[in-house]
Amino acid sequence: MKRLIFISVLALSVAACGDRIKPDDETVGDSDTASADASSGASAGGINAGSGIGGTALEGGKLISYEKNAIDDPNNVLFEKIVYFDFDSNLVSDDYIEMVKHHGKYLSFNANASVRLEGHADERGTREYNVALAERRAQAVKQVMLYEGAGDDQISIISYGEEKPVAFGHDDESMSLNRRVEIVYQ
Amino acid sequence: MIKKIIIGLFCLSFTSLAHAVLKIDITEGFEGALPIAVIPFQWNGAAKVANGDVSAIVMSDLARSGKFSPVAEKDLIARPQKLADVHYKTWRIAGMDHIVIGSVTKQADGSYQVEFRLIDILKAKQVLGYSFSATDKTLRAVGHQISDYIFTHITGLPGAFSTRIAYVTLKQDKKSYSARLQTSDTDGYNPQTLLTSDQPIMSPAWSPDGSELAYVSFESGQAEIFTHNIRTGVRKNRSKFKGLNGSPAWSPDGKKLAMTLSKDGNPDIYVLNLSDNKLKRITNHWSIDTEAVWLPDGKSIIYTSSRSGKPQLYKQSVTAKSKPERLTYEGGYNASASISADGKSVAYVHGEGNVYRIAVLELATKSSRVLTDGPLDESPEYAPNNSMILFASQEKNQAVLAAVSVDGRQKQRLAFTDGEVREPSWAAVRY
Repeated sequence: MKRLIFISVLALSVAACGDRIKPDDETVGDSDTASADASSGASAGGINAGSGIGGTALEGGKLISYEKNAIDDPNNVLFEKIVYFDFDSNLVSDDYIEMVKHHGKYLSFNANASVRLEGHADERGTREYNVALAERRAQAVKQVMLYEGAGDDQISIISYGEEKPVAFGHDDESMSLNRRVEIVYQ
Repeated sequence: MIKKIIIGLFCLSFTSLAHAVLKIDITEGFEGALPIAVIPFQWNGAAKVANGDVSAIVMSDLARSGKFSPVAEKDLIARPQKLADVHYKTWRIAGMDHIVIGSVTKQADGSYQVEFRLIDILKAKQVLGYSFSATDKTLRAVGHQISDYIFTHITGLPGAFSTRIAYVTLKQDKKSYSARLQTSDTDGYNPQTLLTSDQPIMSPAWSPDGSELAYVSFESGQAEIFTHNIRTGVRKNRSKFKGLNGSPAWSPDGKKLAMTLSKDGNPDIYVLNLSDNKLKRITNHWSIDTEAVWLPDGKSIIYTSSRSGKPQLYKQSVTAKSKPERLTYEGGYNASASISADGKSVAYVHGEGNVYRIAVLELATKSSRVLTDGPLDESPEYAPNNSMILFASQEKNQAVLAAVSVDGRQKQRLAFTDGEVREPSWAAVRY
């Protein structure tokens, strides 16, 4: 069965409320909200089945589908594959949690798919600490994906710390672009 | 009396004798440094070898140590070539404590005989004198050896000019990434590349005998720890567990490596026994534990842990079960310790707000002082004789190596001419 849903960006952000992942991986398991949500499969909030029939996205909206090639569709939520973080934090913020969940669901519906989560940090702080921090970021993303039904063997992690920046400036904006986890489909 | 010493040919491949990769500028301060005059050595029977200007090498070494303030060549009040030519009173009036004179003489077989004498002006006599045999290729090594003799004689500290430093260089842009693990003389000359990779290389650390480097390489697509013999080139994979394999640190006896592994879920410190590959877990905490370094007795380590919420330094026994002792309290970011050879002081990265500086903590008194200005100073590494601390710094958007004297008064920059340079490690002895 095709799961084709159109939702608005507004609906997405509403759905994200009350579903924060805490900084430490261990505490993720304490969140009843997260596990309850995981059991509900693809039925994330904001479903507007009626509007999906036309086959075009609402203005400002994104397509949600877990078809095999959905990850390459610029209109699909799965096209976004980078999660950004605050300084010295491994908290997956409200801005990215829904996107990560969609990738988790995609993995659960596509058992042959696998991702590598590449953790990165900005240049501040020490190199080895940043490798450890960036691994925790990738682990936090992995935890969310697991709750959405992805298999442990579908997700691998590598942490590059601050060794592989995408922005080479030393300003706040460059550094915020470098604090990230990249979701790389294999 | 002049003692005779033969310097053997170092079996290194001298890839670029003509071009030093690191350029060293002394950027700040000479207060409290000892005045010394190094008279340009006289060359007999041969023109001065451009990269083997022995007296210039000695002068630069002594200046970089932070303990000496050599007179600039243009300001020399006299240029005696022989002991008999030294006019003590003139030098005394000029406020000079010591002068160094010497010569380089070409021999019939093409080699050089290098002589130097250290003269104590107040005692009005020669206090040190040696003669060395050298070739074109070992003239620099002789210069560093002379520096070590002079440094040790005057300061009582072991010299560290003849050893090697290791560092990682990087050329990167949006399309390409090329990391190199390099070693060089302590003044940046005679660079050698040990490893080139299109993936990151991190955390080089010299073995206590200076024969091997431990480091992290991502060449396989995952971080793995290697040890690499610099002379034989023999490389051994020491750790490739799932997750992190990082922060290798040699035990003082060279028989173990402390490292950070996340194979059991969280980054924790482990100690690997190199002879039988037995792994011992040292820390077990849900937070980040990493960047372990050994105290000289080999019984304890100091490491970075975020167990209090922010990275701070902790000390813990590796031989007995014990609770970690927290060492740093000031500021929200204290990490990446380097311990002085006497085990009394710890250099580390101290972050406050967006500024990261190098600080030193005295273990006995728990007092700390900040030595550098930031804004992004990291990877502190004590010189083997404790006289200064090498670190990586960001200057005008370029990553450079820098050094600061342990009193913070003298700073110097070791600029890499091409690309970035980072993570210095200074060998205790020359292998």
